Amino acid sequence: MTAYILRRLVLLVPVLLVVGVVVFALVHLTPGDPAAVILGDRATTEDIQRLRGQLGLNDPLPVQFGRWFGGVLRLDFGESIFLGESVTAALRDRVQPTLLLTLYALSIQLLIGVPAGVLAAVRHDSPLDRVLTVVAISGAAIPTFFLGILLILLFAVQLRWLPSGGYVAPTEDLGAHVQGMLLPAFALGFSAAGLLARLVRSSMLDVLREDYVRTAFAKGLPEKLVVVRHALRNALIPALTVIGTSVGALLGGAVVTETVFTIPGMGRLVVQSIARRDYPVIQGAIMAIAVTYVLVNLLVDLLYVYTDPRVRLGGD
Amino acid sequence: MAVATGRASIPVAPALTEGHRPRHGPVRRFFANPVALFSAGFLLLAVIAALFAPLLTPYDPTFLDPAVRLQGPSADHPMGTDDRGRDVLSRIIYGGRVSLAIGAGVTVVAALLGAALGLLSGFYPKVDTPVMRTMDGLMAFPSILLAIAIMASLGPSAGNVVAALVVVYTPTIARLVRSTTLVTKQQPFVESARAVGMTDRSILLRYIFPNGLSSLIVQGTFVVAFAIISEASLSFLGAGVDPETPTWGNMLRDGQRVLQRAWWLALFPGIALVLTVLTLNLLGDALRDALDPRARSR
Repeated sequence: MTAYILRRLVLLVPVLLVVGVVVFALVHLTPGDPAAVILGDRATTEDIQRLRGQLGLNDPLPVQFGRWFGGVLRLDFGESIFLGESVTAALRDRVQPTLLLTLYALSIQLLIGVPAGVLAAVRHDSPLDRVLTVVAISGAAIPTFFLGILLILLFAVQLRWLPSGGYVAPTEDLGAHVQGMLLPAFALGFSAAGLLARLVRSSMLDVLREDYVRTAFAKGLPEKLVVVRHALRNALIPALTVIGTSVGALLGGAVVTETVFTIPGMGRLVVQSIARRDYPVIQGAIMAIAVTYVLVNLLVDLLYVYTDPRVRLGGD
Repeated sequence: MAVATGRASIPVAPALTEGHRPRHGPVRRFFANPVALFSAGFLLLAVIAALFAPLLTPYDPTFLDPAVRLQGPSADHPMGTDDRGRDVLSRIIYGGRVSLAIGAGVTVVAALLGAALGLLSGFYPKVDTPVMRTMDGLMAFPSILLAIAIMASLGPSAGNVVAALVVVYTPTIARLVRSTTLVTKQQPFVESARAVGMTDRSILLRYIFPNGLSSLIVQGTFVVAFAIISEASLSFLGAGVDPETPTWGNMLRDGQRVLQRAWWLALFPGIALVLTVLTLNLLGDALRDALDPRARSR
């Protein structure tokens, strides 16, 4: 196990390097001089030169990359061009809503996806199975932002039960926090739940056909016990890897959801920074989210190997 | 395979139906499936509507008529008008043009590029490490985030959306083609081909590539759906197609601003989007059932 963890950590290096190069390259993908683009048409040559100096654009590319990546390793993403503070400070202020939204959505995904998948598998080929499958497939086809708009239309505009947007920190007012996060978390978690349900269903169907499950039934154990204690445990193992990739989808989806529900998180900051051409902020936020995703996936993979002794040293 | 590094692979959802496995060919299997026929029929209609948009639309999608601003659905405007008096139905049909063209464009380019990279890295161990580590790195980004990042640099336009989404979806296809290449490479017929002196190029194109084609087609269908959702998301965020162009994502963004007063502005383009993506997903499932029955009981 230790050797495996070490090997995985070594494999992380090229991935993070590619991520770094891609994020670094973003500024240089811009057609024309990035400094001129950031400042707009009315900028003077001196302004542009000053910003080029500030961004270090006059140095050779490898030097620029070394300096930038060195900063990233120290969690220093440079200064925001627009906000008048460091990117790290700007991200720190906005990390809470994004992380909480992702966590809530993940909980909703699990709370809906696992029971729905188990039910569909246990009642295989029944009307309930068909209804759940249709809901799961449709859920996966609804983009998060459109589901968000539908929820706002129903619960905020028509029924006036919940706010249509905004954010209250849990430390400030827990009730308002929950009310505000309910719709965005559901919008984000629901389509992910559909995918999870379909996976749990199919892996549960496989497990239910195993000999040991038949033995458990033959011993006369109650269905509930066999399903929950014997079958579900093994059926959830393949679902684990999906949860890893889900976190990525949820983190990405949070960017869009925050915009729909005007939640002041990292995603909304990225979207606002695009219009302001605040490249250091865009780079910092995207780097932070990508690294989080890579680490979560590593964790999930390790957990996968840990829970299933059959999967060992399964290199790519 | 199960413990691959940070991946954002397009989830290949389990098949819709299970059970009996008919013995006749893929085409018969496909046409025997009502869900497949429905999906294919809907998409065909959508493609026809997109192709003949100028003939089918009742109004010019960009024509501003201040006299009919924010009107609900009526006989004149079946899906209402927007805040500048433009006909929503006409804009949805024109929006479908953009969505389908971007979905198809992204898929074709990503499939060609991904297949080439996958074939080469599956066949030549020397190419494998650099190519696949790069793909891993690209897959380490949540897909929509990578697209947003690229669009932030390139600026909003339909061409740039295609470029950004090609970067996002090529790695999944490369990885898929690589894995089928690795398996096919071991087959005796490849060895025989080599023994009779066939060049690598012809072995790759005539024996290995066709073996991975059916899974590529299935995956391609899902990529069309994902690309359409991504384009709509990007446009919704203001980082996609030029905001003045009628697209479903742009319409949803405009619609959300006046959601309190005019529900139809966001609802109808959203429904068009969901139906297109849904039928594409169902079509992908049906194609997998028809082309690759073994993959069903995953």
